[in-house]
Amino acid sequence: MAKMTLEELRNLRASKQKSLQKRSIEGKEGQIIIGMGTCGIAAGAKTVLDAFLSELDAKGITNISVTQTGCMGLCHVEPTVEVVVPNMPDVIYGNVDAKVAKQIVQDHLIDHKLVSDHVFDRPAADIYVKDGDK
Amino acid sequence: MAFRNYILVCGGTGCESSRADDIYKNLIAECEAQGVKDEVQIVKTGCFGFCEQGPIVKILPEDSFYVQVKPEDAKELISEHIIKGREVTRLLYNKDKSHKHAQVEEIEFYQKQFRIVLRNCGFIDPEKIDEYIARDGYSALEKVLFDMTPDEIIGELKTSGLRGRGGAGFPTWMKWNFTKMAENDQKFVVCNADEGDPGAYMDRSTLEGDPHTVLEAMTICGKAIGANQGYIYIRAEYPLAIHRLEVAMEQAREYGLLGKDILGSGFDFDIEIRLGAGAFVCGEETALLQSIEGFRGMPQPRPPFPAVKGLWQKPTCINNVETWANIPVIINKGGAWFQKIGTADSHGTKVFALTGKIKNSGLVEVPMGTTLREIVFDVGGGIANGKEFKAVQTGGPSGGVITKENLDTPIDFGGLQKIGSMMGSGGMIVMDEDDCIVDVAKFYLNFTVDESCGKCAPCRIGGRSLLNILEKITNGKGTQRDIDNIHSIGLAMRKGSLCALGQTAPNPILSSLKYFPEEYKAHIEEKRCPAGKCKKLISYSINVDKCIGCTACARKCPVGAISGERKQAHIIDQAACIKCGACLVACKFGAVEVH
Repeated sequence: MAKMTLEELRNLRASKQKSLQKRSIEGKEGQIIIGMGTCGIAAGAKTVLDAFLSELDAKGITNISVTQTGCMGLCHVEPTVEVVVPNMPDVIYGNVDAKVAKQIVQDHLIDHKLVSDHVFDRPAADIYVKDGDK
Repeated sequence: MAFRNYILVCGGTGCESSRADDIYKNLIAECEAQGVKDEVQIVKTGCFGFCEQGPIVKILPEDSFYVQVKPEDAKELISEHIIKGREVTRLLYNKDKSHKHAQVEEIEFYQKQFRIVLRNCGFIDPEKIDEYIARDGYSALEKVLFDMTPDEIIGELKTSGLRGRGGAGFPTWMKWNFTKMAENDQKFVVCNADEGDPGAYMDRSTLEGDPHTVLEAMTICGKAIGANQGYIYIRAEYPLAIHRLEVAMEQAREYGLLGKDILGSGFDFDIEIRLGAGAFVCGEETALLQSIEGFRGMPQPRPPFPAVKGLWQKPTCINNVETWANIPVIINKGGAWFQKIGTADSHGTKVFALTGKIKNSGLVEVPMGTTLREIVFDVGGGIANGKEFKAVQTGGPSGGVITKENLDTPIDFGGLQKIGSMMGSGGMIVMDEDDCIVDVAKFYLNFTVDESCGKCAPCRIGGRSLLNILEKITNGKGTQRDIDNIHSIGLAMRKGSLCALGQTAPNPILSSLKYFPEEYKAHIEEKRCPAGKCKKLISYSINVDKCIGCTACARKCPVGAISGERKQAHIIDQAACIKCGACLVACKFGAVEVH
């Protein structure tokens, strides 16, 4: 890059700040945990993981970390994804594919609505109580 | 695609020497082999500070803190942690705890720390200017170039109360102000990176982990005092720090953050590196300037101070690495913010290199006013191998010992002076019951005698005489008169030496004499070394009641001084014994005794 002006430096900082922020664990408020046991991977969990990463990036969401875990015990509805964010009940979604992943990002993370067709597990009371609050 | 995991590998000299570079390369290769290279960013950072447990690898966002990692572990880290999402528990720092993640914040070593100087160490890649910029890098420079007058910059430093971190604690704003007020067409900014105290590596780690902060600070100073040229004087023994500085300078020039017309402001500033050849005295500012000019590094009488007549007789503002690293933060967050941290006497934080007989040796940054007890026992985890705490040497060969009684003294410039030590640059060497205080004093004096430039008599002759006296004492030939002589020679050196090297050289002896008079007495009157260190004063023998005749000691003895039949008590031939202590270590039955 050639020599920068003040404005160019500020723009560069702003753009780099975003990518570095992802590395910082401060300010991470929620987690998307993808079941990546053998069953999950066989059912396509890897595509789901990629879909979440690119969708979060596209929507500019930086306060959610994407991690993976082993088999959650719901092998009949793999791939499974657990979403833990503030102000929403903890939910495990099943039968998730790339399309559903996008829907989860939009509905669950942005609009704070459950993607009901794919809710598979979590203590029901948990959902009722929190939903009842709304 | 965005990254989902970040692997931070420590790239400080400590971890590099335990093959961190191979870990870094293996991780990259494994990511490629296992098909996740697009999802994982691997970053080589500066020192994490927790050197005791190195090499360190940290994986985000899980914040898993892996310690003592080997290059062979790379495969498992990728296949288990990255692919399967299972932490590799055997490598986690606090693996015993029941909770899932070893949160870095929960590690005691980090709990009492507060990082200003080391804010970017262990987080950013020091060889990438973009990462520094993303962490508010060069925003202080923006502010200074476009929104502040030189007087405002210096005023901010005055409010902050920042004092020089090189050892003496001179108010930084005054130094800057003197240089600014000196009228001359040419002025210089100098960074003192000639860190030479035994056991100190704060400056090296700062430069290795975050080189841009020093470049930015020096440019800010140039603007404040009206200088266009800076020099970094760094010892040639720091190749990694030099390399990272060179990379940083090149990147800054490319971005127009160094050189002509910085950011279009019309202000020019550039920096050059000068390598020191490892002379301790060149850490003294006037000797350092002589060395930059190409002369033999010898201190000059002050005044005139460098602020008036420094490099090539031009006004020169010289600060230590750690001082520089504080500047951009003070400009960004304001002097008032900085002023609130620490004590009334000393503001901000101090970085210490904690070494010696301590459980968690490493680099720690704590607010001024933290007590020594907190540093040694909370951050440092106490004494290694369950031994008894004896003392801490602060300030390296210029400082003194701090004993158990003074463990609760808040550490700041004034506090340490009051108890006969000094802040120094930040080396902190912990001693336990096995260390002989006379021997330690001798070690430091040996160092200063070696490093004395020989220009002035008090230092050259006084140091040698003191060392001779200590030799005498540790050889069991000391007399009471020697103690009196130590005091009078020490006083003469303090008063008569030209520079701080000679003025402070007697400190280790005088302070140890003050706090451990009984140990000197034991050496002189009873010809005995209580810690069992001074070879001329000790002898090893085998307790016949305890010895089972296992022959372990005889096999370890390098001079064959131990004889005896198997299953019979052994004997040490005192005439042949070289007192190396190998038998003491070898014996599992406590039969070898020191007298």
